[in-house]
Amino acid sequence: MRADATRGSIAWRVVRAVALLAFAVFFLVPLLSMADFSTRVVGGTGRTAQPWENLVQDPMLRSSIVTSLLLALLTTVLMLVLLTPTMIWVRLRVPAASRLVEFLCLLPLTVPPLVIVVGISNVYAWVSYLLGNSPLTLTFAYVVLVLPYAYRSLDAALGSINVVTLAEAARSLGAGWTTVIVRVVLPNIWPGVTSAAFVAVALVLGEYTFASLLNFETLPYVIGLLGKSDAPTSTAASLAVLVLASLLLVALTFVGRDNRRESRRDKPSRGALT
Amino acid sequence: MTVTDRTAAARDAGVGVSLVDLRRTYGSLHALDGLSLDIAPGEMVVLLGPSGCGKTTALRILAGLDHADAGSVIVGGQDMTRVPANRRDMGMVFQAYSLFPHMTVRDNVAFGLRLRGQDRARRLERCREMLDLVGLSDLEGRYAHQLSGGQQQRVALARALAVEPSALLLDEPLSALDAKVRVQLREEIRRVQVDVGTTTLFVTHDQEEALAVADRVGVMNAGRLDQIASPVELYARPATRFVAEFVGLSNRVPARVEGGRAVLLGTRVPLLEGSETSGRGWALVRPESVHVGEEGEPNARVVSVAFLGPFSRVQCRLADGQVMVAQLPSSTAVHLAQDAPVRVEVRAESVLVVPE
Ligand SMILES: Nc1ncnc2c1ncn2[C@@H]1O[C@H](COP(=O)(O)OP(=O)(O)O)[C@@H](O)[C@H]1O
Ligand SMILES: [Mg+2]
Repeated sequence: MRADATRGSIAWRVVRAVALLAFAVFFLVPLLSMADFSTRVVGGTGRTAQPWENLVQDPMLRSSIVTSLLLALLTTVLMLVLLTPTMIWVRLRVPAASRLVEFLCLLPLTVPPLVIVVGISNVYAWVSYLLGNSPLTLTFAYVVLVLPYAYRSLDAALGSINVVTLAEAARSLGAGWTTVIVRVVLPNIWPGVTSAAFVAVALVLGEYTFASLLNFETLPYVIGLLGKSDAPTSTAASLAVLVLASLLLVALTFVGRDNRRESRRDKPSRGALT
Repeated sequence: MTVTDRTAAARDAGVGVSLVDLRRTYGSLHALDGLSLDIAPGEMVVLLGPSGCGKTTALRILAGLDHADAGSVIVGGQDMTRVPANRRDMGMVFQAYSLFPHMTVRDNVAFGLRLRGQDRARRLERCREMLDLVGLSDLEGRYAHQLSGGQQQRVALARALAVEPSALLLDEPLSALDAKVRVQLREEIRRVQVDVGTTTLFVTHDQEEALAVADRVGVMNAGRLDQIASPVELYARPATRFVAEFVGLSNRVPARVEGGRAVLLGTRVPLLEGSETSGRGWALVRPESVHVGEEGEPNARVVSVAFLGPFSRVQCRLADGQVMVAQLPSSTAVHLAQDAPVRVEVRAESVLVVPE
């Protein structure tokens, strides 16, 4: 019995290691090739850091990086500020409206980006008339774009706790609605909020269609342009975005894992104690 | 223990609560249909009724978590009908586990105190006191997921009582627990309630639970109160057919009312108030009022004997096919073989006779 279990666990470990290795190769080989390509001297031998230096030296590239990071930040903040309280409120006070909210939030998924852009360019004529022609006005379009994904992660997080009962418990103890949302609901759906934020950042850093059709110089758009003239620099920029996104993802995973480890630590056997 | 033999200090802690003619409809459904209820200071009233009869609705209206279409809620002489939940000062324990998952036991209990702006030292002291009261002082640092269901409900009780609420409201707090813990915890809830003397409304569909803990039990039926009385009174003198049948087991025996008495199975039994005054009807007879013996002329046969510890439940079939359930001391019941001829008699002090 015991020997069986041990053998089983060894086999399991081997399977896990192989799977992990396969995934590592699958993800790392393209990244390493990009790193290799972006440091190669074109048409010669040896290494150069020029493409990477371009990231900060090339004025167009640099400003596009700043634009995209700002866009990511603004989009994330605006999306969270709009969506989180709305979704909590709908759960607590107007559950009848939850279908409608879901429908509205998922709508952008069903319309092809190209169609949205064609429609939205009319709106943007007004936006740029009112707010100027800053690329940051893309924030509005991006919030809409991000909505379905953010909705999904927030909805899952809200579904995993008993929001209504927790809110009622807090209210009967004397909490007003703001306290209920900030001190009781938010801390419990935090993983959902962070993953919504992550999806937003990742989406904005990779969005090409809107930016190119509306002619705003975001990082993905500039990477696309450079790809035609200066491939190594464009590759370096892409790699930088990928690495940044991966780091974000890893950071998020660690936040989640920390919690789980803590809960495993001194969990009593259920039923033994009452 | 009754309200009268409590300590004066505990009695002072409670305030009176009145629900006056509460009505609540959901569409065409009358969840509450004119519910009125007075709870004396420090008293524990249990609302008992089948699922869907409006118990939770009544409790939520008292807590301010739902609103009545008509009627009012009076707490300590003040009309609270329009006061929002967070200003009502009610301690609530829910059926579903409701501890805040991201807080330790200590922070959960201190939550209400923190909202009331108490300083840290006072909070900690009160927290200890409450956790002592429910016997969980050593689990202060745990999170909800590290507690058993029974422990979670005790913490919820401590949390509700920490703010010294004007009333304690419990909505089937034990229904998610297993049988043994349920019995243990209901006694503990009662002990704590008597200790602190908080006016309490406890809601349950379990009649045994209701009879075990209440000062008075209010039996609800379709959004109204059928009868409210002490457990003993309720059991011995049910006012309506619904109460007689919902609280405890009852046999329905065909009876004739004659000269202010019920005639059934050849005996004459005094009538309970609310009975039919003439003609034929059903007499509702408790199993413990049914006597099964081997002496005398047999009028039934034993169908089955179920051993329940000190008591056994015996089913007998009368000559006319009617099945009667009797509760006998197990020492008597062991002598009864299946299919044995026996004599069944009704030996009740009084019975309720309802229309056929
Ligand atoms: N929010 C609601 N919407 C519609 N019907 C409801 C709602 N809450 C309760 N009801 C109905 O009101 C009746 C009483 O419910 P409730 O007070 O929860 O009963 P109990 O707690 O006694 O089981 C039930 O028939 C229930 O279906
Ligand atoms: Mg209920």
